[in-house]
Amino acid sequence: MPEKSIRQAINEALAQEMRRDPRVVVIGEDVAGGAATEGERDCAGGVLGVTKGLFAEFGDARVIDTPITESAIMGAAAGAAATGLRPVAELMFCDFLGVCFDQIFNQAAKFRYMFGGKARTPLVIRTMIGAGRGSAAQHSQSLYHIFTSVPGLKCVVPSNAYDAKGLLIEAIRDDDPVVFCEHKLMYDLKCEVPDEPYRIPFGEAAVVREGEDVSIVALSRMVHYSLEAAETLAREGIECEIIDPRTTSPLDEEGILESVEHTGRLVIVDEATPRCGLAVDIAALVADKAFAALKAPPKRVTAPFTPVPFAPSLEKLYIPSPERIAGAVREVVRYRR
Amino acid sequence: MTDPSTGSPITALTMPKWGLVMSEGKIVAWKKREGESVAAGEEILEIETTKITNVVETPQSGTLRRIVAPEGATLPVGALLAVIAQRSASDPEIDAFVAGFKAPEVAEEGAAAAEAGPRAIEAGGRRLSYFELGQGAGTPLLFLHGFGADLNSWMFLQPALAEGRRAIALDLPGHGGSSKEVGAGDAASLAEAAEGALEALGIESVHLVGHSLGGAVAVLVARRRPDKVRSLNLIASAGLGPEINAAFIDGFIRASRRREAQEALSLLVHDPALLSRRMVEDVLRYKRLDGVSAALEKIAAEWFPNGVQRVGIAEVAANLPMPVQIIWGREDRIIPVSHAERLASRLPVHILEGVGHLPHMEKAQEVAALLKAFIAA
Repeated sequence: MPEKSIRQAINEALAQEMRRDPRVVVIGEDVAGGAATEGERDCAGGVLGVTKGLFAEFGDARVIDTPITESAIMGAAAGAAATGLRPVAELMFCDFLGVCFDQIFNQAAKFRYMFGGKARTPLVIRTMIGAGRGSAAQHSQSLYHIFTSVPGLKCVVPSNAYDAKGLLIEAIRDDDPVVFCEHKLMYDLKCEVPDEPYRIPFGEAAVVREGEDVSIVALSRMVHYSLEAAETLAREGIECEIIDPRTTSPLDEEGILESVEHTGRLVIVDEATPRCGLAVDIAALVADKAFAALKAPPKRVTAPFTPVPFAPSLEKLYIPSPERIAGAVREVVRYRR
Repeated sequence: MTDPSTGSPITALTMPKWGLVMSEGKIVAWKKREGESVAAGEEILEIETTKITNVVETPQSGTLRRIVAPEGATLPVGALLAVIAQRSASDPEIDAFVAGFKAPEVAEEGAAAAEAGPRAIEAGGRRLSYFELGQGAGTPLLFLHGFGADLNSWMFLQPALAEGRRAIALDLPGHGGSSKEVGAGDAASLAEAAEGALEALGIESVHLVGHSLGGAVAVLVARRRPDKVRSLNLIASAGLGPEINAAFIDGFIRASRRREAQEALSLLVHDPALLSRRMVEDVLRYKRLDGVSAALEKIAAEWFPNGVQRVGIAEVAANLPMPVQIIWGREDRIIPVSHAERLASRLPVHILEGVGHLPHMEKAQEVAALLKAFIAA
């Protein structure tokens, strides 16, 4: 089976869905990008080339460049979704959420509920998350916990190319608004991806690694750091089970609880800030529903409660590292009442 | 290598390569201890693969002198697992053998084919995927898998039967890498597809091995082309009686999540602990592809409407002009073993104890031996 990067997997999912369903359109800042070049039919396809090729194949009626006005992009996409299209709107960096949150959480997320179930809002919002690229405090956050906290929104946070393609197709075919969070440092990460379209159901965690001693729940880039930590720990005789929820809303509570009941220990790794985030959410879930299985208090490994620093040395310290994850696991394993 | 003092061999037991994608295996358990005598063909250890846990047989009689790979270890294909030699070989000789062992370059026959992976043919206007091993003057052999499975079902058997002949595993329409368009999806259409594959592969004469639904397809191909089919091996075959486990068929079709798939697949084997998580994941990955649900629903509706097998070809199977052998697991929870027992007075029937619906995976070595002997006869 061919290996594809996350960038290729997302691009392929978009192209295949646009071919399958004429209602699917792509809208955002620079999603075509540089279309004005004379004699050139293709364009840049977004700041990191994820939508490259779509403009050439589908044209400017379906690959729509917008002014730099996120409120207009999200408002137009929400309205288009409610009136029959299936837009994939791009919020270039999730940090820009601040200027368009009303359109997302007060409009798109509420349509179905407020119109008595008669309105459908098949909207996908693709957005970049993550620190580590030297993009500073306003372009490096991981804000999926904010989307997760809004009833009426679904939230996808894939960690590999196979999942990215299947989850994006599922998102496009879903009749509710879905926020699809792509880590900006992971676009070149490759794995085997089928050429055919396929869908992965929401709310189904992946068991990335099996182990007996500790459950690690991790998302996005942190899945890979957790795998690195698990390799180190395996040499010390500690076997980690790594659970990747893949979607934070809906969340596969059963999958997480099943793993914790098996291992009795939990470490949650989250690149987001520590307050009111996924790590807290999952720790509370386990405390509530699997307390009796716990041999140690759940441990959270997150970013500190600060903005993302620009200084490379500080940014490196900001992001949870395989070493910090391994340290947390050792602490949980050593814990005695 | 031989033991210099006695001239008797020192034999390396290495990680086997089963099937297309196996690059490493995990030692589940040793069934013999260091110092124990072992006879060639005896089960010596269990290895976890991408499908189910399988046993390895002792390659050479002697004493299990050294276990090199501990339980729980994951090692690449070709890695040294243990050393078998006579008691007379000295410990330093065994030490030297272990220290001097080099995993052979993977140059064995079939390695290149395995590298290349499955290929595709056009048959009846449809893309069919297949995987081929082996060459030689022997009559080629075609494997036909069961409902919802694919050519990887034969990962344990295919290498064993590829000596001196082409051994080809086919993906039936709607399955594996083949087109998900299944046409009518009924018995005749699947048999036509298999026959078309023989044509496209340039096979004039063939031994057929079919499992479950693939068994019934094999019988139909043999009826249509008695000139081509030299023998038939039917493993837990469909078409030999009306009963089938409808809960499995429905559960398999419906399963979109790991727990549901696990539950359905558990019905396939006598010991569900043998199923690997990877096998469950592979089934889900297949089922998620566009068109697969529709293909499976169509085939199931044609073959097993209302939980009963529509295709009834026991009489056809019993009266075919070529030799037919039947292999079944005693604990089959998908198609009852009584279907085999009813034919025991008319055809050679082998019932394997402690085996479910997947004898070719649960007792691969035994089934391979039965197939080899039958085809040779």
